[in-house]
Amino acid sequence: MTPMPSAGTPSPRVEKITVMQALNRAMRDAMTQDENVHILGEDVGTLGGVFRVTDGLTKEFGERCFDTPLAESGIMGFAIGMAMGGLRPIVEMQFDAFAYPAFEQIASHVAKVRNRTKGQVSLPMVIRIPYGGGIGGVEHHCDSSESYYTHTPGLTVVAPSNPADAYHLLRAAIASPDPVIVMEPKRLYWSKAEVDLSRPRPGIGKAAIVRDGTDATIVTYGQSVPVALEAAEVAKREGRDLQVVDLRTLVPFDDATVMSAVASTGRVVVVAEAQGFSSFASEVAARVGERCFHSLAAPVRRVTGFDIPYPPPKLEKHHLPTVDRILDAVDSLQWEDQ
Amino acid sequence: MTPRTPRAKATSASAQPSYDTESATLLPTATPIQLVDAEGNPSTAETGNLPLPDDAALVRAHELMVMGRRFNDQAGALVRQGRLAVYPSSHGQEACQVAAAMVLGDQDWLFPTYRDTVAAVSMGVDPVQILLLLAGDWHAGYDPYEFRCAPTATPLATQLVHAAGLAYAAKVKGEDKVVVAMCGDGATSEGDFHEALNFAAVFKCPVIFLIQNNEFAISVPLSRQTAAPSLAAKGVGYGMPGKRVDGNDVAALLAVMGEAADRARRGDGPTLIEAHTYRMQAHTNADDATRYRTAEEVEPWVARDPITRSEAHLRSRGLLDDAAVADLKQRAEEMAAEMRLGIGKDRDLDPAELFEHVFAKPTPQLLEQRAQLLDELAREEATK
Repeated sequence: MTPMPSAGTPSPRVEKITVMQALNRAMRDAMTQDENVHILGEDVGTLGGVFRVTDGLTKEFGERCFDTPLAESGIMGFAIGMAMGGLRPIVEMQFDAFAYPAFEQIASHVAKVRNRTKGQVSLPMVIRIPYGGGIGGVEHHCDSSESYYTHTPGLTVVAPSNPADAYHLLRAAIASPDPVIVMEPKRLYWSKAEVDLSRPRPGIGKAAIVRDGTDATIVTYGQSVPVALEAAEVAKREGRDLQVVDLRTLVPFDDATVMSAVASTGRVVVVAEAQGFSSFASEVAARVGERCFHSLAAPVRRVTGFDIPYPPPKLEKHHLPTVDRILDAVDSLQWEDQ
Repeated sequence: MTPRTPRAKATSASAQPSYDTESATLLPTATPIQLVDAEGNPSTAETGNLPLPDDAALVRAHELMVMGRRFNDQAGALVRQGRLAVYPSSHGQEACQVAAAMVLGDQDWLFPTYRDTVAAVSMGVDPVQILLLLAGDWHAGYDPYEFRCAPTATPLATQLVHAAGLAYAAKVKGEDKVVVAMCGDGATSEGDFHEALNFAAVFKCPVIFLIQNNEFAISVPLSRQTAAPSLAAKGVGYGMPGKRVDGNDVAALLAVMGEAADRARRGDGPTLIEAHTYRMQAHTNADDATRYRTAEEVEPWVARDPITRSEAHLRSRGLLDDAAVADLKQRAEEMAAEMRLGIGKDRDLDPAELFEHVFAKPTPQLLEQRAQLLDELAREEATK
């Protein structure tokens, strides 16, 4: 038997890895440490997933990373039973919109079993969902579906935007006693960063100020974070100093970090790809309005997708939040020099 | 381009017979398996070559059915008294309820539906606890791990997939565990029924799927659920044996279920069992069965009652006498009295508890909301 690496000993060195590799590493490390961690989904086995996020895991762990029949509700329900039976299943939904057949299992059971059993049954399971557009994908492959889940009590929802968070949030999700939905930023799967995975990161429920700024705050998450950071770079050249908050976790929401950030600038733009109406971005805007009204110099603005079905590849650039659209929103924040 | 050479006939011919042989072994019997007929005599119908269960099991099954019938009747009465919001009765289906629980050992699990409270009680769940949800509480009432009994599922067929998953977990952990997953004929139309059977068969999970075909899904008859020759016939489509059994013959149910449990324990995978029974009462107290079926339709099923049949059988074999019947009646009355007492009393529900088990640790937002509610209640109290 090969000796198992002791708990929490990832290689203590800086390396350049992609979000996808970070997610893969998180699962590999968790599976090495805990034999109860199993992965199930469509094409997650020999193929390594359509995005290759589970690449090599079946080779290393055999049937602990396994292909299922092609049925998302079945996968989700099966994972519920696995978790009740003492395992820690990680479910991969192949694409955002392909998770909809599993919605009944998620909304009626995954989210409610702990409450229904007065805390006696917990479901330590992870639901990984590659979400969002900007990849030239066809219909049903580009939805930002996070608001369905954040609207459902009982679900923890995280949305990493970079390799380090992808690794640590997924590890935290696997370790959580509650079901956690990981909204994986599909467009950023291949984006690289230099990271030292041995360095701890803030856990689930903590937002991060990823860029300091004094003039206005952009609150965003997931694959909109790099867009917001780029907008902040451009704004800097134009003479405005933008702060960027990466929410990292949507539920539970880090009111404290967001409200203190907003209070420090007095101007807010919330950025997310999802359709804006009745969305998570709207929740953020409402919370800021309720809690920070007296710190605000202007109404909270949202930059989101339009309220249309996700458009085809040739038109998606018009739908997604862009640097220009974010800067236009920033410009509209009732500046005193205007 | 030359046309492709057809595959040599010998190949397909040699492959075909084994396939046919296999599917034939998976098909159910033409008529339901029956060991004891409606009069309590040894059946002359299809027995599936199964022996009669041992005497102790038959006596135990009878006791549980009598208790189950009393439970059903008492729960119905509690609805009429306004003590339960609703009760879907398994009156007439007690043989299925009891057999589902009896074939399970100390490590085994049951996944019941809302109509399977008698099965849960037969697993040892407290008759008051199982009714707490219907009595207006916010939780399922009992600890699923204590009784190895999942919370009764309301969304149809969803629990069948959980059952398959739990059985899979047991299998990969090397635990000796068999799972009985229950559903009705209506639930066989749900997608999750298909997905559960398919997953269980593909992964050879130790599960028994027990369909209580009581001929109605609220008002909709079986003919609107399926055009299949029988529900058990669906088993072959998943590669698992399908069995038809007289759902009002507890002896046959114990034998067929027991055979399926043995098969699951051997590692040979799941079995689909269709128990032919009848929903003697309306869907729930809120339903009016006269709108979709006549008394004449129900009438023949009265004579097929599972408890009358069992009592006649046991008496004819000297396994039950007047004293035992009286004793059993007494025990059933004691349980009913406990139910009246437990459900009849007003319980104080703590509104603050609504926030406690949504997550392992309440979120800051839930703590805020709980504080808001408690503040409202305190102010309300102060103005009284």
